[in-house]
Order: sequence, then C-alpha cells, then structure tokens
Amino acid sequence: MNLLLFLPELVLISMILFFFFGSLGAKKKLASDKSAIVFSILALFAALLSLNARGELFSGFYRIDLYSQTFKILILSAFFLVLVLGKGIRGIKNEIAPEYLMFLTISTFGLTCLTSASELLTIILCLEISSFSLYIAIPFRSDNSTKKHYEAGLKYILFGAVSTAVTLFGMSYIFGLCHTTVLKDLFAVLPSVLSESPAGLIGFVLMLTGFFFKLALFPMHFWTPDIYEGSSNETTAYIATLPKIAGLALIIRFIGISGAQSGDIILILTVLAALSMTLGNLSALVQEDIKRLIAYSTIAHAGYIMVGVLSAGSDGFSASIYYIIGYVLMNIALFFVIYNLSENGENISLDSLKGLSKKSPFLAFTLALAAFGMAGIPPTVGFTTKFLVFTSAISKGYYAIVIIGVINAGISAFYYLKLVRAAYTMGDDSEEKFAIGFGKAAFAVLVNIGILVTGIYPEPIISRAVEAVKYLFV
Amino acid sequence: MEQFLIFDNVSYPVLSMLVFTPILGAIGLFFINSQYMMKIWGFFITLLTAAISIPLYTNFDSTTAKYQFAEVYNWFPTINLNYSLGIDGISILLVILTTFVMPLCILCSWNYIDKRIREFLFAILIMESAMIGVFVSLNTVLFYIFWEAMLIPMYLLIAVWGGPRKDYASIKFFLYTLIASVFLLVAIIALYINTGTFFIPELMGRNFSFSFQIWVFLACAIAFAVKIPMFPLHTWLPAAHVEAPTAGSVILASVLLKMGGYGFIRFCLPITPLATEACVPFLIALSLASIIFGGYLALGQNDIKKLIAYSSVGHMGFVTLGIFVLNSAGLKGAMLQMINHGITTGALFICIGIIYERTHSRDIKVNSALGMFMPVYVTFLGIFSLSSLAFPGTNSFVGEFLVLLGAFSKSKLVGAIAIPGAVLAAAYMLRLLQKMVWADSDGHKHGDGSERGLFDLDLREKLTLAFLTVFVFWIGLNPEPLLNIMDESINHLLIQYNHGISQAVESSEGLHHALKAFKGFIAG
Repeated sequence: MNLLLFLPELVLISMILFFFFGSLGAKKKLASDKSAIVFSILALFAALLSLNARGELFSGFYRIDLYSQTFKILILSAFFLVLVLGKGIRGIKNEIAPEYLMFLTISTFGLTCLTSASELLTIILCLEISSFSLYIAIPFRSDNSTKKHYEAGLKYILFGAVSTAVTLFGMSYIFGLCHTTVLKDLFAVLPSVLSESPAGLIGFVLMLTGFFFKLALFPMHFWTPDIYEGSSNETTAYIATLPKIAGLALIIRFIGISGAQSGDIILILTVLAALSMTLGNLSALVQEDIKRLIAYSTIAHAGYIMVGVLSAGSDGFSASIYYIIGYVLMNIALFFVIYNLSENGENISLDSLKGLSKKSPFLAFTLALAAFGMAGIPPTVGFTTKFLVFTSAISKGYYAIVIIGVINAGISAFYYLKLVRAAYTMGDDSEEKFAIGFGKAAFAVLVNIGILVTGIYPEPIISRAVEAVKYLFV
Repeated sequence: MEQFLIFDNVSYPVLSMLVFTPILGAIGLFFINSQYMMKIWGFFITLLTAAISIPLYTNFDSTTAKYQFAEVYNWFPTINLNYSLGIDGISILLVILTTFVMPLCILCSWNYIDKRIREFLFAILIMESAMIGVFVSLNTVLFYIFWEAMLIPMYLLIAVWGGPRKDYASIKFFLYTLIASVFLLVAIIALYINTGTFFIPELMGRNFSFSFQIWVFLACAIAFAVKIPMFPLHTWLPAAHVEAPTAGSVILASVLLKMGGYGFIRFCLPITPLATEACVPFLIALSLASIIFGGYLALGQNDIKKLIAYSSVGHMGFVTLGIFVLNSAGLKGAMLQMINHGITTGALFICIGIIYERTHSRDIKVNSALGMFMPVYVTFLGIFSLSSLAFPGTNSFVGEFLVLLGAFSKSKLVGAIAIPGAVLAAAYMLRLLQKMVWADSDGHKHGDGSERGLFDLDLREKLTLAFLTVFVFWIGLNPEPLLNIMDESINHLLIQYNHGISQAVESSEGLHHALKAFKGFIAG
C-alpha cells in the first residue's frame, strides 16, 4: 500500500490519538488548541502532498483521485481556519478542552474519509463517524446561563438519526434495483434504473436526504437554527463550514454518477433549491440572534449551491465547489467577529453589534465585508460565486431558478444589511475601545484579502475545480 | 474584437491608471496619521486622477466611433472573460465629469466632516474608482462589478455621515438599486449564453429575436430607470439626497444618476433596438411624467435639498426624453443635459452644504434674506439657479433646447407636453431664489438674533464654486467642442439602431406593422 494514499487520514488519526492520550493525564497542557493548530497544518500539508495520489484502498471501497483529494484539501484548510478562529476555545469548559478537540478531529476524520468513500455502506460509516462526534461535542458548551446546548445536542442526534435512517432506506432501494453498493458499478447501471423505474428515483432522492442534512438544504434544514444557537461559537463555526464541504462533495458525486443531465431528479432538486433559498431568506429577515440569522442564511446558501449542482455538468459542479469555498471564507470572517465580540462565549445578538464601528473599526470592517459578500455584492467572492452558479444554470436553460435566485439575493441583502447597519449607524458615542491582538488581526486581514482576491481572480480555483470534477466520470 | 478598438492614443494604460489611482490612494490613507494630512492626501489623489484624465480629452480622436485608449487583458479565460476598457465619444465626457467633480467633493466637505475622516475619504476614493470603472468598462461583467461595487461606499457615505433619517434613507437607496440591478445580471448572463461573449461592442448589432430582446431590455431598463431615476421609481432619490452629506449628494447628483442614462445609451439602444422601439411610447410617457411630476413636487418643498432633489427628477426626465426620441438632436441634448446637470446640480448641492454649515438648517424659511449678509454666496446661488432653469446663456439651456428640438421633431405632442416642465423649473427655482435672497429682509434675524453665524464665503468655497461657474458659461456660450466630441459616436449609435430595426423589419412583416402602429400611436 502506498502510504501517500492514506497520509492525510493517518495524520488525523495520530492527532486523534494524541488528544486521546492527552486527555487522560491530570495535566493537560500539551493537548491544547495550539497543538491542534500544529496538527491541522500537518494534515493540510499531508493532503497537499497526496494531491496527485491516485488509487484504491480497502478492496475498492475507498477511492483516491483528484476529486477526493481536492475536497480533502478544502476540508483540512477549513479545519485549520476554524481552529485558528476559535483559538483559546472560550466557549468550552477548560477541563474538557482536549476531549473537545479530539471529537472535532474525529468528526474531521469522518468528513475527510467521506470524500473518498466509494461504496454505500462506507459512506454511511464515515457519515456517522463525523456526526456522532459532533453530537457529543455540542453539549460541551460552558455557558451555564442556558440549557440550550443540551437541547441542541439532543435535537442534532434526533434529526441526524432520522436522516441517516432515511438515507439507509433509500440505499436499500438502490441496492435492490442495482444489485451493488459500489459506486463504480452503480455508475454503469444507475442512469438506466433512474430513468426506467420510479422506485429507483424515490430511492435515489431518499438516499440524498442524509447529504441534504449535512448541507442544511430544505427539507432537511430544521435542525440548523437551534443547533447554531445552542452550540458554542467555535463549534458553530465548525458546523457551519466543514460538514457543508463534505456534504457537497457527496451530492456532486451522486448527481455525477446518476447520469442526470435533466429529468425528474433535476426537477426535484430545482424545487428544493428554490424552497431552500426562499424559506431561508424569509426566515432570516426576522432573526435577532446572529447565529440564528446565519443559520437561516446557510439554508438559503445551500439553495444557491444546489443551483450549480442541478446544472449537472462540469461548469455547474465547479461553480458549486467555488461557491462553497467562498461561502466558507465569508463564514469564517463572520464567526471571527462573533467569536471575538463574545468574551465569555455567549451568543451575540444584533443589539450587541451596535456601535461596533466605533469600538473596533477593524471588526466592523470585517463584518461588513463578509455581510456584503454574502449578499453577493461585487467585488467580493460572494458575487463571483453567484454569477458563475447562475451562468451554469442559464446555459442549461433554467431561467426560472435563476430569477428566483436573484430575487432572493435582493431579499437577503436586507438582513445582511441589518448587520452592517447595526455596526455602522446605531449605538451611542461611547469611547470604549475594543482591541484585538496582532495575530488575530493578521488572520482576519488574510481572510478579508481571501474574500476579495478569490472574488476578483477566480481563474485558478475554477480551473482546478474543473480538473477535479473530471474524475467524477471515470 | 480588435476592429472595435484603438489602442495607441497614448503609450501608457491611462484608463487603468484612472481606475486604480483612487484605490491605491485609498489604501495609502492607512499610512497617514494626521487628519489634516489625510484631507490633503485625498485632495491630492483626486487632483492627480483629474490630471491623468486630461490626456483623454487632448488625445481623443473625434473622427471615429471606435473605442479608444483601449486595454484588453486576459482575466478569466475559462468563460472567455477579458478585462477590457475603452471609451468613445459618449463615455469620455462622463469620465472627465467624474474626475473633475471629485476634488470638489473633498473640498466641500473640508470642515463639514469632522468624524472618521479616514473612513470618509476611503469611501469617497473607492467611489471614484467604481464610478470611473462603470464608464470605461467595455465588458458587461466588469461594468456590473463596478456598478454594484459602488453601492457599498455610497451606502456607507449616507449611513455613517448622513442626516437624522440616514438609516431609512441609506437602506432605501441600497435595496432599491440592488434589487433593480440584479436583473441586469440575469440579462448579462443571458446575453453571454446566447453569444458567447461579454464584450459590449460584440453584443451590439446582433439580430436577436424580438422576445429575447424584450426580456433583456426590461431587465436592463429596470436597473437603469431606478438609477436615473425615472418616475415612478424615483422615490429613493429625495430621501437619499436629503440625508446624504454634501459630498454624497454631489456624487449622487453629478455622477451616479448619469449612470442610468449612460446604461440606456450603452446597453438598451444598440443591443436591443427592436425592444427599445417597441417600448419607446411608454418610456417617453414616463419621461414626460418625470419632468412634470418632478417639477410639480419641487414647487411644494420647504426643504432646499428636497427641492433640488425633485428638480433632479425633472432634469433627468429631460435626459430620458432626449434619449428615447431617438434622433441626433435628442441624444446629443441628453448627453449634454447629463453633463450640465452634473455641473449645475452638483454646484447647487455644494451651495446648500455651505449654508447648512452656517445655519444648520435646510429650511427655506430659516435661510431667507441671505442677500444682506452673504452677497458673494447669493451671486453664485443666482448663477446656478438660473442655469438650473435653463436660462439662455447658461449650460443647461443648450441641453434642454436640443432635447426639446429632438422632441418636437419626433412629435409635436411630446414637445408640447415637455414645455410646461421647463416653465415649472423656472417657477420653483425663482421661488427658491426669491425667498433665499430677498424675502423677509426687513428686520429678519437669523438664529439667536445676531448675524454672527452668517459670514460670507471663504477662499476655499469661492474657488470651488468659481470653478464650476466657468463651466456654466463656457458650455453655455460655446457648446461646440463637447458636441463635436460626441458627434461621431452618436451618429454611429443611431446607424446601429436603425440598422437593427430595418434588419428585423425585413425578416418579419408582422413586426413591421406592430412597430408602425406604435409609431402612429405616439405621433397622435
């Protein structure tokens, strides 16, 4: 076995072990957030090293190609960003910090494997590894004023269990009709099964449900607001980014092998995307808690991402991948502001943003850039991603979903603007200043530059994404 | 692509320099600590940009309708997207207007802005880049990026440094313009999918089907009609104008509104001629409504800024009227009217800013009888007011005259309806002038009864207004150079337009009849 094939996962496994043993002793100094960051950099390097590795592991159930490796790099970069963002892990009880980091790493490990898993049960396995560790990590929150994190943890388990059950049920249909669970063999028979048998179509859509859950797409979005609100800020930053990347990787893989260029599946996805955008944006309008607001905006963004996916084709898929990159960057920026504003790990409401531009012009600017980006205003990445997603949809002739999309972009501008308004136009003239350290400032500057540069110059990302999705069809 | 462009007017990339100088200047602000030096720096950068724009005028070849000073670079080859810049006789004047107005914006807020100077100048400079970018882009995506990017600094200018109702005004401005322009994006993508190019000159003169043209036209027209703004989509303008700081109002009036007119001329006419032809009656009707309603509403205002804001609606009505009568005189008049409105209304907003700094009120009653205390000020106010009502000898007269000429040659009815608009302009401007200069001059006292607050203009203010006065009379008495520079481009535009129509008429007799019916309707 070529070591390179499994290198990123190996680094993650050693990271898990490190934190496991680190959590055993009485002194837990070594198993800290700093070592987590170091490990995540190592894992990212390992993923970069193995970018060009090709091969199969575990009797063909685990496939390493450019597509999976690209997604691994995305997931591990996001992991690194989330860890740096949540440095100090204020929202978690100190004594269980090593355990918390261990569970996050296990979840990341599951998501990383998910991009390579190429057999239905392997996929379920990886999905569950990533979900179960998160179920545990959510109630770790130290905020004693509320019990919401227990509620959130419980809700996450229930919704997660239901969606997995539905996915398994769908897989049973697919297995029954195709007589195989290996994706490579499914690719050969699935297109004809889907076009000929209604049961195949139902099974396929049910199977996707579990991945919709990860992406928070309608109708599997119900968990999002409560879990976002109940989890600590750094956990939410994690939930808002990494599982989305892996969920997208799977959805694209399945739409890719379904051979669906048009037809019923695309129609179903179109309806889901439209509902997701509209429902997410309309609900976000009335939110006061910022994490709830972001949760609903996530649902809306899942809809936009699906617009690229349902344009099933190399340009649509690559646009979706580009979209998720931009989305992660903007989320990191938003959560950076939230995390730094909340000194004791409490939730931030619109009220606590008031006067931010006077207290800390830098945080206010980061917030404004991220908010305008999410609203899709150029020259941020939020605009270019929407532009490419819509371009791919129109090239397939799907005008209706694009019109719904741009109207939604208009609606969403209102609540994103609420964030900017609170920061810039409201609040008293208190002279209270809010300083952030140099390291944090440098991190935020890099994220801000990332939001602008990936928006203005998308060519490198798109050309790589186009290369990566080529491997879907071989 | 090359057949539309001229690359060698100057040996350096002058348009990119224009776009990026203000951005670099804005970044430079972060390395300056003293507030005074920041203002100097901002002023210097805007002056530098204005200086860079001068070769545009001197090296411009007005004998051709090609796009000049062109620059084309690879940007995003996967979707055939280039970074392409260039100007023709239509955009050159708007670029120069922008670069010349911006230093005045900084001058007129020299004392008015006292908090967060760095951020203010940053927003102004980014704004300048975006506005120049809109006028020099030859690529639909680049155009859209600059068009939308403008929203952020303009929003912040109103929201942070604005008046008491800044929150309401800024969000209204933002949402109105954003929602209207997202459809422009759909049109841009649809055009790309149909033609495979984002390059504006290549999109012109294609024989699109009528239904496709109608959809593209509507999507574009909404965006431009909100920006310009055309009745009944004008309601964001008075709110934004009233609450914006002086510099914001000047930018709005002088440059931002022009983008709507520019968009109509650059996109709607040459790309979708058939749809334009079909919609002309409605557009002319809305233009006339803008002229009359704008003037009528201005008549009833007590707030000076609101009055000028509504007068802008009326003036921009003349611009759209000139565009959609679709003849040489009308289009040239519309172009000239845009430039003139930029000069005159910008100057009027500076005047209002000056008086607001002294009396802290924009109410006409509070600011009456100024003639006794501020003779220099009222002289300038008089000049610009007369220019605003298109008094012969001033710049606006030439523009309005050409528009009316175009309107009458199109249809006597249209011209006749537009005339009362011009009369209304005289009525509300003279009312304003009479009240502000002379009314209650017997025994009227300002503020607490002393006249201490009411000192006349200082040197900075005099220079600002004198600079604009030069243009009022220069264009008023000698519009020839401006008309010459746009002549070839306007003619080319009309040829393109008529070609687009005749092409379609040949291909479809039915459409021909429909168009004739429309024409008959408007001709009465």
